Amino acid sequence: MGLEFHTSRLADAVNWARKFSLFQYPFVTACCGMEFMATAAPKYDIARFGAEFPRFSPRQADLLIIVGTITERQGPILLRIYEQMAEPKWVIAFGVCASTGGFYQNYSTMPGADQVIPVDVYIPGCPPRPEQVLDALIMLQERIQKGEGHSQKALRVEAQAHKAGQLKVLP
Amino acid sequence: MESSSKPLRRVVLGQPVPADLDDEPLPTEPMTINMGPSHPATHGTVRIVLLVDGEFVQDADVQVGFLHRCFEKESEHATYTQVFPYTDRLNYVSPMLNNVGYALAVEKLLGIDQQIPERAQYIRVIVGEMSRITDHLTCNGASAMELGAFTPFLYLMKAREWLYELLEEVSGARLTHSYVRIGGVAADLTAGFADKLRAILLKLREAVRDADALLTKNKIFRLRMDDVGTIDGKTAIAWGWTGPCLRSTGVAYDVRKDHPYLTYDRFDFEVPVGSRGDNFDRYAVRMEEIQQSAKILEQALDQIPAGPILLDDPQIVLPPKREVYNTIEGMINHFKLIIDGIRVPPGEIYSYTEGGNGELGFYIVSDGTGRPYKCRVRPPCFTIVQTLPVLIKGRQIADIVPTFGMLNMIGGECDR
Amino acid sequence: MLALERLKERFGPAVLHTASAHGNEMATVERARSKEILAFLRDDAETAFDFLSDLTAVDYVAYPPAGREPRFEVVYQLYSTSKQHRLRVKVGVPEDHAEVASVTELWPGAGWLEREVWDLYGIKFAGHPDLRRILMYDEFVGHPLRKDYPKEKRQPLVRRST
Repeated sequence: MGLEFHTSRLADAVNWARKFSLFQYPFVTACCGMEFMATAAPKYDIARFGAEFPRFSPRQADLLIIVGTITERQGPILLRIYEQMAEPKWVIAFGVCASTGGFYQNYSTMPGADQVIPVDVYIPGCPPRPEQVLDALIMLQERIQKGEGHSQKALRVEAQAHKAGQLKVLP
Repeated sequence: MESSSKPLRRVVLGQPVPADLDDEPLPTEPMTINMGPSHPATHGTVRIVLLVDGEFVQDADVQVGFLHRCFEKESEHATYTQVFPYTDRLNYVSPMLNNVGYALAVEKLLGIDQQIPERAQYIRVIVGEMSRITDHLTCNGASAMELGAFTPFLYLMKAREWLYELLEEVSGARLTHSYVRIGGVAADLTAGFADKLRAILLKLREAVRDADALLTKNKIFRLRMDDVGTIDGKTAIAWGWTGPCLRSTGVAYDVRKDHPYLTYDRFDFEVPVGSRGDNFDRYAVRMEEIQQSAKILEQALDQIPAGPILLDDPQIVLPPKREVYNTIEGMINHFKLIIDGIRVPPGEIYSYTEGGNGELGFYIVSDGTGRPYKCRVRPPCFTIVQTLPVLIKGRQIADIVPTFGMLNMIGGECDR
Repeated sequence: MLALERLKERFGPAVLHTASAHGNEMATVERARSKEILAFLRDDAETAFDFLSDLTAVDYVAYPPAGREPRFEVVYQLYSTSKQHRLRVKVGVPEDHAEVASVTELWPGAGWLEREVWDLYGIKFAGHPDLRRILMYDEFVGHPLRKDYPKEKRQPLVRRST
């Protein structure tokens, strides 16, 4: 009890705040963008979940939603956007193209955005229904609450390495 | 501080500052700045490398291809029916129009385009016009949102939802329908479709009227759209423009009127034509086209006959499942059509229809097997986006946003 | 049809082959005079093809039964907004000297269409002001729509290390 209790309760509270105020960066490339617009529209209303307003700068966002096909040409750009986001950050792969490449198996389509960046939640569908998107958002929120996002885990590992004096400062 | 002996000069906002305003002018040089490929105001991914002098664009290099998903190469490895899902994802805001265009091209090669059942033709027109309405709703809504008008965007999205629900009822998918087949359509209209569509058209007209009222008389919207991105008809034709963008310049070229296909010659509708060729005319042409499409839909619902929805030809159309599961002939027929594809006699065709953005052409070369040898899409927005540097040269960076929005570049179609 | 007649009467032997099928008219012309012929088709008062609808190429190396010579064919789809007629002009391009005259001077809309054919088929357009790749990235090696380029041969720019 004591410090661990306070920090774990604090971590819970902070994660609760994070999950209900996600600032999304919709990285829209293709057809899934239409369903993303529909999810943000009044009928399915992503605003109910706190993830309403898209922040169109990666530096102000913490949820990168990869909406649509990622081609090989787009790979470096996706990586750059991901690296510009501050931690903790989460990634949703919206649609089968962003998850695995979809039904495109050719010289230009990357077989999934996770070839380049770590993805927390994958949404299948071509395009997925808005209800699937909201389901995925709730799934992500549960992961955030438990601290299981890739970025959150990486931060914990880094914090422990720092405590143990093992963290090297990059030149 | 001593008072200046020079009289005060007035500087007009939006115009370049006169060079003699200061005794020592500030040194300036043009700057290369990148807009995109991930940018809120670019529909889909496009990269515009701008050479700017302050706020004014001196030159622009538009780079597309960030969504190249190899439609042609995939089509060469797929049977003719397997190409339909790829066509959905071309102009993904009006997927039915792509389906219909491709089906007509293959049917012409097969020589059966005059034998498609009438009911199927009417259904194709109906779902096609519904898709055209969703295209224009999305274009105008998203462009308005980029100028800051969030409410009309929500009104038009609300209207688009009604159409999506009805299209989902008929085809099974909200967006990527793959509903049309070679020889007809995949399934018949559901019961009560006509009444539902009529009810939707009433609500749609109201929603569009509300959104339009917020925009057309809005001073800010007009200032940003009037006389911005102007082009004249002759230049537009030389650059390969078609569709609402060309019609906004005054050239009344619409494939549905000039070279009617399906049953478009039986409907009474007008082709809205602009006069100035600026952004506002493109917006107004699209809004009016929504009304005209609604008119076509009402007439189609009145005229549609009962009858079969697929051609009765075992070489082309799958047999009904009852026969496939119960007779050997049905099963073999089904097997051959799925595995080998529909055998199209060798030849080539260029077939064109009016897509959401203009003349959507399909150039198909067939070699006698069940897979196309070449299946090329003539993308209407490819040549239109090519002209963007001409439209924005000399204008401000902020003018790029409405201009690009009104050109309606759809990544899936432009990059294929 | 009118455009084909005018073409044959004016250019005679340079028009190698004409055909009419499925409602389309087409003419195969000599590569050396392709630009002259297209300019005539645009400027002549009878044909008046002021609109270049599409410009693409076809790779006939795998066409059954044994391919076709010349290997490539550049295809122009022309349309006249005033007369409302269409014509397809085809120019055969051999593999070893894959070059054809650019028509960007006649129709500026051909700019990107020719870049796309260069990018995906490797056919050069002489006189094009800015011939570089458009749909693929500069680091890409090869011309993917050629029949000998495998569909699934990726050339990734970036991959995760884990």
